[in-house]
Amino acid sequence: MDLILSSIDILMRWDVALALLVGSVGGVLIGAIPGVGPAVAIAILLPATFSMDPIVGLTVLLGIYGSSMYGGAIPAILINTPGTAVNALTTYDGYPMTARGEPRRALSLAYSASFFGGVFSVICLILFAPVLARVAPLFGSREIFLAALLGLILVVVAHRGQSLIAGALAAFGIFIQTIGMEPVKYSQRYTFDQPFLQGGVNLIVVVLGLFALSQAFVLLTSEDEKTRITKLRGGMFQGLRELARHPRVATVSAGFGVLMGMIPGVGEFTAQFMSYTYAQRTSKRPQDFGRGASEGLIAAETSNNAVPAAAMVPLLALGIPGEALTAMMLSVFYVHNVVPGPTLFQNDMDFVVALYLALLILNVLVLIFLLFATNALIQVVKIPNRFLGVCILTLSFVGVYSLRNSVTDCLMAAGFGLLGYVLKRLSMPVVPIILGMVLGGIMEVKLRAAMARVKEPFDFIDRPVAFILFSIIVLVLLSHIVRVLRDRKSLKEAEWQSKHRSTSFGARMFRRKSSLLTGRGKVVRARHSTLFRRLMDHF
Amino acid sequence: MSNERERRFVGQRRGQLIFALVFVVYAVGLLALIGDQTRWVEKTKLFAQPRFWPAVGLGGMVILGGLHLYRLPWRRISRYDWGEVRKWAAVVEYVLWFMIYVVAVPVLGYLPVTLIFVPVLAWRMGYRSRKMMGISTGFAVVVVVLFKTFLSVKIPGGMIYEYLPGAARSFFILNF
Repeated sequence: MDLILSSIDILMRWDVALALLVGSVGGVLIGAIPGVGPAVAIAILLPATFSMDPIVGLTVLLGIYGSSMYGGAIPAILINTPGTAVNALTTYDGYPMTARGEPRRALSLAYSASFFGGVFSVICLILFAPVLARVAPLFGSREIFLAALLGLILVVVAHRGQSLIAGALAAFGIFIQTIGMEPVKYSQRYTFDQPFLQGGVNLIVVVLGLFALSQAFVLLTSEDEKTRITKLRGGMFQGLRELARHPRVATVSAGFGVLMGMIPGVGEFTAQFMSYTYAQRTSKRPQDFGRGASEGLIAAETSNNAVPAAAMVPLLALGIPGEALTAMMLSVFYVHNVVPGPTLFQNDMDFVVALYLALLILNVLVLIFLLFATNALIQVVKIPNRFLGVCILTLSFVGVYSLRNSVTDCLMAAGFGLLGYVLKRLSMPVVPIILGMVLGGIMEVKLRAAMARVKEPFDFIDRPVAFILFSIIVLVLLSHIVRVLRDRKSLKEAEWQSKHRSTSFGARMFRRKSSLLTGRGKVVRARHSTLFRRLMDHF
Repeated sequence: MSNERERRFVGQRRGQLIFALVFVVYAVGLLALIGDQTRWVEKTKLFAQPRFWPAVGLGGMVILGGLHLYRLPWRRISRYDWGEVRKWAAVVEYVLWFMIYVVAVPVLGYLPVTLIFVPVLAWRMGYRSRKMMGISTGFAVVVVVLFKTFLSVKIPGGMIYEYLPGAARSFFILNF
């Protein structure tokens, strides 16, 4: 109780209240505009939060992260276009509801489900915090190294069918973070004697390039779409009543969200997939899924909103970000000399609980805002794409230039923007680069510290937590190899099934030649020649 | 006609081969420079060597990028690939717009340059109505006031502000 009271004391400030308001409303707005997303907004705002108190800066960013998915449901339901990438599953059941004339029901159900997911995860984590505080100190250098390695491997294998290029891009991230002055032996690494490379490549420059500038380029080169939005009439409270009729689906989906959010590199998509599949399998009317089933909408929205709070666990407890957004937040901690990890849980538990409470208040604020302001808010969906690109390009300048007032940083960010644009055009993942950069840096420091106390290779995993993490890594890799082999087998089978003779002219001629040269051909020719001879005998 | 391997490929086909080739060549080139660009320190363990992590990164890029290239279902660069490269090159125009904006701000000042940049780029993108020009100008003002005046982000005052009279000079340098 004392802990919660001291946490509330941290939050009782006007600037934190303002940050909560700006974060929640701003996040919903950003989420509601298709093509922006929380990553772009957080990347742009990151340098601006450096001058704020850690709790204020983190509340703004957490607010945007937590509330953008609420906003993302609006275009997903009304115009079949997800506002943020994680709202893609919302379109499955949300848009059919709109199509049959129930947009208000779909929206209010999505808000209620998101609210339940958000609040459930925060309460779980506040209750779970004392256990985390006991477990976190068991993580030394080697355990953190192994956890970071596990996070990186999970991110790579999560990209099914693209794991090779995802791994190569993660390795590219690891390489980028090594550029510059090496801090222990003071030697230059890949600086090519250029002064601007001696300080290394800044994470924010890369993040802004890959997320914000690349998105601006995508929007600037795209076409504007005409959107027609249905007018909403009536109250928005019926979703709360409807949610209460499906407590099992909501609780299990939120549970999946919490669990998947805590595992680095897994996140919203896996949580949504698992809860949607669960809801469909246990439903009395599984045939309705994808055609406007309320359970499907609840499963999708509850699970994705349960993730943000849970995603903060590996970041706060171990200092390991599990995905791109928490990786960006890590830089806010570093700027303020607050080092997330086991010591944060031991010494500043009230700060951690204050962050969770901020998320709880944020969910309430967002729900109130949306229940009353949705009609006005849906107008932002109409902002034309290319104009949005102009706005993001202008805002990206603030993010990059305010960092060090460096033109070279801007040039590098533009370069990464171009790379991000190419990767987006090729449907390749960008996140492995960011996680490779962040986790690569952590792995370098922790491996060096851990190996100083290790004499034999097996000493590295002689502690229980290290052994468990190592076993999980081996299991993940083995299951990935099995999956790849199975995919290859099914590909071979499909290739054999669809195999047919070539119809090209060369192949036909080759087959004719082979036929003429076979024994059967000789028999036929002999018979023909006998018949020919008999015919000629008549003349 | 596409075969089973091509149908099962995850991602866009166009430009894939060119990207994979450039990525691997770039990685191999950087790996070849590892002896020149990093140091090997005597009497130091392998994991503490300054060369170790660049080698891990570049080794991963070469091996995994090479395997990705080898596993691609296409072996020839088609005209569609070059068409995709032209689309990538078209983005250079917006990179130039961005860099001109970056170079102009310290000289002409954040507010004047943003007031020119946003409406001109919006004009270039085809928004020519009075309404859109007004929205562009309003957006430019809001961005400058929000970030420079209220949030005090670190953006230097323009050199042109030096020519303003006394009080206005410091006011503009601080706020716009």
